[in-house]
Amino acid sequence: MSLYLLCLLLFCVGFYGILRKRNLVKMIIGLGIMEYSMNLFFVLLGYRMQGRSPIEAMDQNVLNMVDPLPQALVLTSIIIGLGVTALVISIAIRIYDKYGTFDITKINKLRG
Amino acid sequence: MSLIVKTITRLTVGLILLFGIYIILHGHLSPGGGFAGGVIVALSFVHLMLAFGKDTAVAKISSNLASNLESIGALMFLGVALLGFLGGSFFLNILGKGQSFKLFSAGSIPLSNIAIGIKVGVGLFAIFLALVILEKSKKEG
Amino acid sequence: MVNIIPFFVIIPLGTAFLISLLGKYVRHFAGIAISLSSAVVLALSISCAVYLSSTADKILVYKIGGWVPPFGISLVLDGLSIFMLVMVSLVSFFVAVYSLSYMERYTDKPKFFTLFSLMVCGMNGIIITGDLFNLFVFLEIASIASYALVAFGTEAEELEASFKYAIMGSVASCFIFIGIAFLYGFTSTLNMADIARVLSVKHSSYVLPFVGTLFLMGFGLKAALVPFHAWLADAHPSAPASISAMLSGILIKTLGVYALIRVFFSIIGSTQAYLSVLMFLGTASLLVAVILALSQWDLKRLLAYHSISQIGYVVLGIGLGTPLGILGGLFHLFNHSIFKSLLFLNSGAIDYCLGTRDLKETSGLAKIMPVTAKTNLIASMSIAGIPPFNGFFSKLIIIFACIQSGHLGYGLCAVIGSILTLASFMKVQKYAFLGRLKDKFKNIKEVPAAMRLSMLALAFICVFGGIMLLMPFRVFLDDAVQAVLRGTHYSSVVFEAVGK
Repeated sequence: MSLYLLCLLLFCVGFYGILRKRNLVKMIIGLGIMEYSMNLFFVLLGYRMQGRSPIEAMDQNVLNMVDPLPQALVLTSIIIGLGVTALVISIAIRIYDKYGTFDITKINKLRG
Repeated sequence: MSLIVKTITRLTVGLILLFGIYIILHGHLSPGGGFAGGVIVALSFVHLMLAFGKDTAVAKISSNLASNLESIGALMFLGVALLGFLGGSFFLNILGKGQSFKLFSAGSIPLSNIAIGIKVGVGLFAIFLALVILEKSKKEG
Repeated sequence: MVNIIPFFVIIPLGTAFLISLLGKYVRHFAGIAISLSSAVVLALSISCAVYLSSTADKILVYKIGGWVPPFGISLVLDGLSIFMLVMVSLVSFFVAVYSLSYMERYTDKPKFFTLFSLMVCGMNGIIITGDLFNLFVFLEIASIASYALVAFGTEAEELEASFKYAIMGSVASCFIFIGIAFLYGFTSTLNMADIARVLSVKHSSYVLPFVGTLFLMGFGLKAALVPFHAWLADAHPSAPASISAMLSGILIKTLGVYALIRVFFSIIGSTQAYLSVLMFLGTASLLVAVILALSQWDLKRLLAYHSISQIGYVVLGIGLGTPLGILGGLFHLFNHSIFKSLLFLNSGAIDYCLGTRDLKETSGLAKIMPVTAKTNLIASMSIAGIPPFNGFFSKLIIIFACIQSGHLGYGLCAVIGSILTLASFMKVQKYAFLGRLKDKFKNIKEVPAAMRLSMLALAFICVFGGIMLLMPFRVFLDDAVQAVLRGTHYSSVVFEAVGK
């Protein structure tokens, strides 16, 4: 249970970074922390006590493996996170080009 | 970069690339597969770029070639999936399954691993290259 | 016939990567490929709709790789899916034709069409998939493509809007992912039909409300319901006009409303509590957004606020939960996708010719741009709910449904929202198209033929959209309503179709 609570804590750290930080790069780091906390949570869901990694090996009868499905799904989710992070970072670099700052309070051409 | 970094890079970069290819090709037998191996392949090029500068890495794979290879990787994966229609269903594994724990086994899974490896390897390198070029143009402009 | 289903994903995906491979070398390849592929997808979806309405149980299930659900991924095409699929392919076909001319002003057309095609692939995937995690993956494909498309012009405002949209969209995706993780932890399966089956026998008093809240936050943000609407008013006006039409016309409906309906009606099961929340959020969106829209002078920003407001009507209709309410909601969903994409294409035409979309700058455009002015008049009357046009019928059904189920207050709010919509579109007509033409715009010509063609076609659908309620076409809507009303019987219907 305490592991799940630590995941929640990590999630809150990431969420705090997105909501409260004014620097674009720190916001992106917050987003990354959030994504990793939820990946961690999903992998933990598939764990069972004394489980071993779900790899089939020669001449071995594998019993008691952890659930392999969350691991495959989390791999997909990590790839998606990679894509989003790359895109957002390139947008942030272009924003720095145009505005000359990473401060979110100074980036305010849009309003209404 | 200093001489030490350049020498070590020259020694290791080939091994890293080889290890990435090994991970891709053994994806159906051991942990790893297309994505993990592709990332290692991309990292070998990134390593080269960090040690010798952008031009050396771009001489190996230009950004145009990288984007073309990426599209080819995606189309190859789609082609492997479409191959299943020969057996009647999308993504059906129609090739011979072979004996398990042998390199040539598991039907179309190694083929899709190779396609993903190409796509991820050059794709990640292209992302890194794009970020570097963006940064460079900013400094000049 | 069932073998057609995966091609709704294969064709746009293949087109996207073919364009990115060959578009640089072969001139006009991108334009030809995108028009061809969207025309083929449109034809396939209509033929599927005709076939599906002739079958007895109105459902087709495709097993990918021959794996039987719940072990493999299945693609499910039922009445609701085919309804959304026809809508998406219709709008994306006309927008693709429009973009052929419109995108001349931007550089790098092949990249644009690659992203466009990927977005269509993601939306089609969301609609036809029968697997919850697969839905998440396609949702991310469509979202990432749309983040990139919003920033396509790479000007300061566009980048800012895209950054905001990307951060908020990613947070929404996080919530959806956690919801999926909880559902998987609770039911040990990811197939939607199987989840519904497990949930019907395994009860829990705290998991389901929690998961429901997570999904409501995630999909509500993608649909831009009112407390989560802040990104839309920035992101949609900043994109190129054809992309605004796609985003407002179909993306928020597929990623938001369709996914909400699927999750709440087919998987979790719609209890009265969820429906009340949906009704309240819908009414709040339709009132708040239309009031915000009244004070806008940027044409596209005004239209973006109206998108939020009209999504409010759709969610109100669906939240009523009665057959009439759902009919009205789905019909309004279809109508809104047509007239809102037409309005955005009109604003793109004005921007294309004049280089501005500020309503204070324009006036008297009816003289120089007759096609744009007339189609805009039709679309404005549709969205405001003037009788012969399609928007009137769907709003009328929603208001009737409110009264029928005894929610008089919500019905009154819908009427007020409609009146305010009319007021704000009278402002558009007055400032943009009527009045005296300014001298500096004297020499402007009407937009090119491809743009005129798609605007005229959409206007035609606006005028005759009402016949969807008449008999031969009515089947199409009724199947969709039946699919929603089926609720969690979705699972037994899917497994029956698999068994055959």
